[in-house]
Amino acid sequence: MSLTTVAKPLARRASRGGSRRRKRTVEQIIFTTLNTTFLLALAALMIYPLLNTLAISLNDGNDAVRGGIGIWPRVFSLQNYNVVFNMTTIYQAFFMSVLKTVVVVATNLFFTSMLAYVLSRNEFIFRRSITLIFVLTLYFDAGLIPNYLLIRDLGMLNSFQAYWVPTIISAFNLIVLRTYMKSIPDEIIESARTDGAGDFRMWWQIVMPLCKPALAVVGLFVAVGSWNSWLDTLLYNSGDQALSTLQYELQKLLASSMNAGMNSVAATGNAQSGGQVTTPIALRSTITMVAAVPILFVYPFLQKHFVSGLVIGSVKG
Amino acid sequence: MTDTTVSTPVTATGLEPALEPASSSRAQKRKARKKAAKDPKRKITWDRVWAQRALLAMSVPLLMYQILFKYVPVYGWAIAFQRYKPGRGSIWNQQWVGLQNFHNLFTGVNGERFRQVVVNTMGQSVLTLIVGTFGAIVLALLLNEVKNLPFKRILQNITYMPHFLSWVIVASLASVALSLPSSGGFINQGLMSLHLVDHPVLFLTQPNYFWEIVAGTNLWKELGWNTILYLAAITAIDPGLYEAAEVDGAGRYRKMFSITLPSIKPTIVVLLIINSGWILSTNFELPYFLGNGLVSEKSETIDVFVLRYGYQLGNYSLAVVAGIFKTIVAVILVGSANLAAKRLNQETLV
Repeated sequence: MSLTTVAKPLARRASRGGSRRRKRTVEQIIFTTLNTTFLLALAALMIYPLLNTLAISLNDGNDAVRGGIGIWPRVFSLQNYNVVFNMTTIYQAFFMSVLKTVVVVATNLFFTSMLAYVLSRNEFIFRRSITLIFVLTLYFDAGLIPNYLLIRDLGMLNSFQAYWVPTIISAFNLIVLRTYMKSIPDEIIESARTDGAGDFRMWWQIVMPLCKPALAVVGLFVAVGSWNSWLDTLLYNSGDQALSTLQYELQKLLASSMNAGMNSVAATGNAQSGGQVTTPIALRSTITMVAAVPILFVYPFLQKHFVSGLVIGSVKG
Repeated sequence: MTDTTVSTPVTATGLEPALEPASSSRAQKRKARKKAAKDPKRKITWDRVWAQRALLAMSVPLLMYQILFKYVPVYGWAIAFQRYKPGRGSIWNQQWVGLQNFHNLFTGVNGERFRQVVVNTMGQSVLTLIVGTFGAIVLALLLNEVKNLPFKRILQNITYMPHFLSWVIVASLASVALSLPSSGGFINQGLMSLHLVDHPVLFLTQPNYFWEIVAGTNLWKELGWNTILYLAAITAIDPGLYEAAEVDGAGRYRKMFSITLPSIKPTIVVLLIINSGWILSTNFELPYFLGNGLVSEKSETIDVFVLRYGYQLGNYSLAVVAGIFKTIVAVILVGSANLAAKRLNQETLV
């Protein structure tokens, strides 16, 4: 008697629990399926435009005008790339972009990390005021025209200096590096100090090697920013074709196709170079790929680091 | 101008206050700072300056540099009060006209146009911010439910990737995607095959779609990237909460809405506040690249206005007035947004 009264609710609870568990499993399967499907569709949406552009760039130019190319070229041809790399403007712009990126990364890392070291030293008397002057520039910008006037008055218009001189320090990366340097144990600094290292040597020989991961992250971000920029070319260096960059060339192409698109359904006419011919849509796709490929190439290195990079930046000291 | 902070998202800039140490340690710090100020060891004396000459040599030239390139350009604001003609040479050689340019821009001949430009800037920014925040939260919640870690990592890598493409490339991809099917416009293709429209829509010629196009393109580029902070906030949630909820019989949705979402609410609020400070400063590239004569009434933002009027049409004075307006409003907005976030931070992110 007493046994059954105890056993009954137990059994009921057990069976109820079982059905609930089963229900939850069904619910879970449905949810997981829907979620996976949705996320896969989203990923496809993220990657489709690039695959589509790649397919068009690898397709015969005249055939591409017919439209309807998905993620696989219909008439495979390397002609577009041939044309693009035979166009002197694009060829030059590509190397100018590379040169600019290399110089910007080198100078920016050198000067930003040097200042970051100084600002990471707790004993430095002007630490707080200098940091403030740099941090305020994250929020304050005199504006496009005043910046242009300064570059003009400094005589840097249409010169390579206009690319790298204004960017040798970036305030945000300064804070990131300073924070990272602060995490270096004081014992290391002190022991180097007793060995007679001055501040410059301390920075260059002790602190810099310890900061390699942070420098890698910051360097990659600076490189991406420099490679992707176009406004500096437009504002400061558009008067000299030899200083043009890939992004700026692509921007000009985009602008002309936007204008053409407003007048007629598709931009007509052929892009020509050295007797080789392709169509505007194929040309634009090809230059887009040439401009995107370096980014896609460094992306695996970037993504390995960028989350940690963000975390470094966020833990502000 | 190779602005590295532009390529990192606004959220990254606003990140510092968001995840700062809690209030108690801040109060302690402030006290410590006060004490330090009175500390004779921290007084600036010639001895100390001399002892730190190496540090000074490493920093003062760079400080001068920063002042030259970031603060000195303010002298260019002078031309807001002039009838500036580039041909007359230096800005000290111009005719001064007082506040005439300000009248022109805000109330005079350009008043109506400029008001529309401000409305466009704010409209595009607000729409981008709302759509972007909502999308990022949803994606973060859904990614969090993926238990297969390699699959999750692949999804993250794919969705983060567009963030690193330049705006020129993104605008180029968007203009192709939105064009006619014959020029590769797969959005029209999709809409037509789903029978949502009978004829292809020329999206980029319709003013009424422009804000949505800007918000949508921004969403595509930054969606994955913006989830990073939310995912970080989610991983910080105490797993014990989920276990307790499971014991109480909570299912997936229940856990999502009753634990995950409330737990990341402070992050959401702080990021929203900080990002709203940049409301006049975002959205330059897309309206500039995708805008055209047919949609300019909805596409032109302050930055585009400055570039068009000042740099391209040579009306420097008017452009600088618009630029000053933007800078001042932006500094006030960003400053108060950061203050608000910090204050909130103390109460909610402890």
